[in-house]
Amino acid sequence: MADILIRSVVKSYGRTKVVHGIDLDILHGDFAVILGPSGCGKSTLLRMIAGLEEIDAGEIAIAGRVVNELEPRERGCAMVFQNYALYPHMSVAENIGYSLKIMGIRKAERLERVAAVARIVGLEEFLDRRPAQLSGGQRQRVAMARAMIKEPQVFLFDEPLSNLDAKLRVQMRIEIRRLHRRLGGTSVFVTHDQVEAMTLADKLVVMNAGRIEQVGTPKEVYHRPASLFVAGFIGSPPMNIMRVERATPGLARLASGATLQMPRLDTVPESSLRLGIRPEDIELVAPGTPGAMEMPVEFVEELGAGHLVHGEFEGAEFVVALPGAIEVVAGGRLHMRFPPEALHMFDAVSGLRLDGGEKASGLSSGAVREFA
Amino acid sequence: MSGKRVTFKNFWLAILLILPQLFLVFTFFYWPAGEALYWAFTLEPPFGGEQQWVGWQNFETVFADPLYWNSVKRSLLFAFSSTALAMGIGLLLASFVDRQLAGYKVYRFIYFWPYAVAAPAVGLAFRFIFAPDAGFVSAINVWFPGLWNPALDGFDAMVLIVLANAWSMVAYNFIFFLAGLQSIPRSLVEAGAMDGAGAVRRMRDLQLPLIAPTFFFLIVINITDSFVNSFGIVDITTGGGPARATDLMVFKIYSDGFKGKDYSLAAAQSLVLMLMVCALTFIQFRFVERRVHYS
Repeated sequence: MADILIRSVVKSYGRTKVVHGIDLDILHGDFAVILGPSGCGKSTLLRMIAGLEEIDAGEIAIAGRVVNELEPRERGCAMVFQNYALYPHMSVAENIGYSLKIMGIRKAERLERVAAVARIVGLEEFLDRRPAQLSGGQRQRVAMARAMIKEPQVFLFDEPLSNLDAKLRVQMRIEIRRLHRRLGGTSVFVTHDQVEAMTLADKLVVMNAGRIEQVGTPKEVYHRPASLFVAGFIGSPPMNIMRVERATPGLARLASGATLQMPRLDTVPESSLRLGIRPEDIELVAPGTPGAMEMPVEFVEELGAGHLVHGEFEGAEFVVALPGAIEVVAGGRLHMRFPPEALHMFDAVSGLRLDGGEKASGLSSGAVREFA
Repeated sequence: MSGKRVTFKNFWLAILLILPQLFLVFTFFYWPAGEALYWAFTLEPPFGGEQQWVGWQNFETVFADPLYWNSVKRSLLFAFSSTALAMGIGLLLASFVDRQLAGYKVYRFIYFWPYAVAAPAVGLAFRFIFAPDAGFVSAINVWFPGLWNPALDGFDAMVLIVLANAWSMVAYNFIFFLAGLQSIPRSLVEAGAMDGAGAVRRMRDLQLPLIAPTFFFLIVINITDSFVNSFGIVDITTGGGPARATDLMVFKIYSDGFKGKDYSLAAAQSLVLMLMVCALTFIQFRFVERRVHYS
């Protein structure tokens, strides 16, 4: 069982700390995606699992074995790199079979296994070519085949799709997912692309500034973001955030004087409050409806299936996503209602979710896993 | 045709600008080389007078001389062993610095210094260090009396000049190897590590093939350099001895020409050396370069 258990892992470059004590469990069979903006430490974390980066403090265990001091080759991981990192002086077959050659496997068996893996990724006809003679998508397949041939317990992906064009990316995404199911190992996939993350992940790990913000299924992360950062990072367009001027149990007053019913607000934090609502959760109402909010429409983005209405509300940019059937024109006014159950509450100082959002912990629920 | 007129306008200025360099090249290369060519086919009468044209006679004398063939053999031995040593050590140091082992920033600078030391100075330093009675190495002779004495033992003398020459070339090789290694994307080497290759295996299978052009360039430079620039070291440390064990081709040219006062014979040997270096370089380009992948 190739569980990856990460405990209080810290990494610094010189005096700059880039990973601040991360705890995360990735269990056997998981497809875990680590998502975050560039520079958040996600690639560093992946490279520490791989053994390409030293661990300054804490422990990483793979399949029940602490790997801190192990060489990459002793960890049983395979990795697909962002720029593929193919060996330019070797043919496709040699690239794929290199790890077998190192293991000292006979040439006949090696060729057989290379051919088998090449068939899976659809590269049979290209085995004699050099990487320079391949297209981006084909190179990506070679990199995948090279990782697969060792039949590793753990697959590591370091933004492998970011160099591909949009169409190929979608296709490779599906193939990676299919491969994961077929091989049945544990996969860790690092990306800054939220669509990639949402579509691939069983377990989505959102990182920011060297810390984990939230761990959950893509649905959980989307519907119950644990912090203001996650709320703003996941979802396109991102969640609208409003400042609350005063709040009493059950009622929130915005800066403009508008009030919102807040059935779940029973204790009011001392620090100020932020309310969030997803653009697609906003409902339109007839003008004059009691409690309706009004927003001038600045411009409309047409998406075909629907449109995004941009305007200013409560002194901040505000986006409303509407189905295509509703006609809105720039310069008009939008009358909206915020359903209380769609509102997200955050503490403005800590940025954390208030209505019982999960703590930003990556540990698997249930018994505490101990390892030597 | 304004383009042509501009060229014409600058013609004399251009000539003026390249004149100093042309003058230097002519004075210190073409003129002496032409002179040597002339000497190689003539003989100077011992008591003065016109030089006599003797055709190939000087070359026949040279090739008939077993001492000359000895110096060719010694030169080849010297060139190949000091090239192998200098490139081996240079590559080793460069790979250490490339892997950023502790202190690599300091090494990057200090490894290059030996290249800036002139050959006679290198020779002098090695003569002191490897003096059998007073140098650092004399300790060996305390434990094993008579083990090391380059003044008496030809093998020791050859080891001494090979070490000295390799030491001064290591710096040059180090810089080129380091530049080559650093031009390889780091992720490629990391992919090798993920595939299970250790540091030595990665060097052999991945890094060396990828820096093959650099490797090839350094072989040419090192061998050529060992053939033509070894005079300073030999002259200061061994003087060609003992018993001509370190009588390299350049050194023999010097001693035949300026000690033996036989310019004609020395000139003939220079021509042979020049042709030999040309031939070696040609062979390297023709047969070694073929196996180099320029990716």
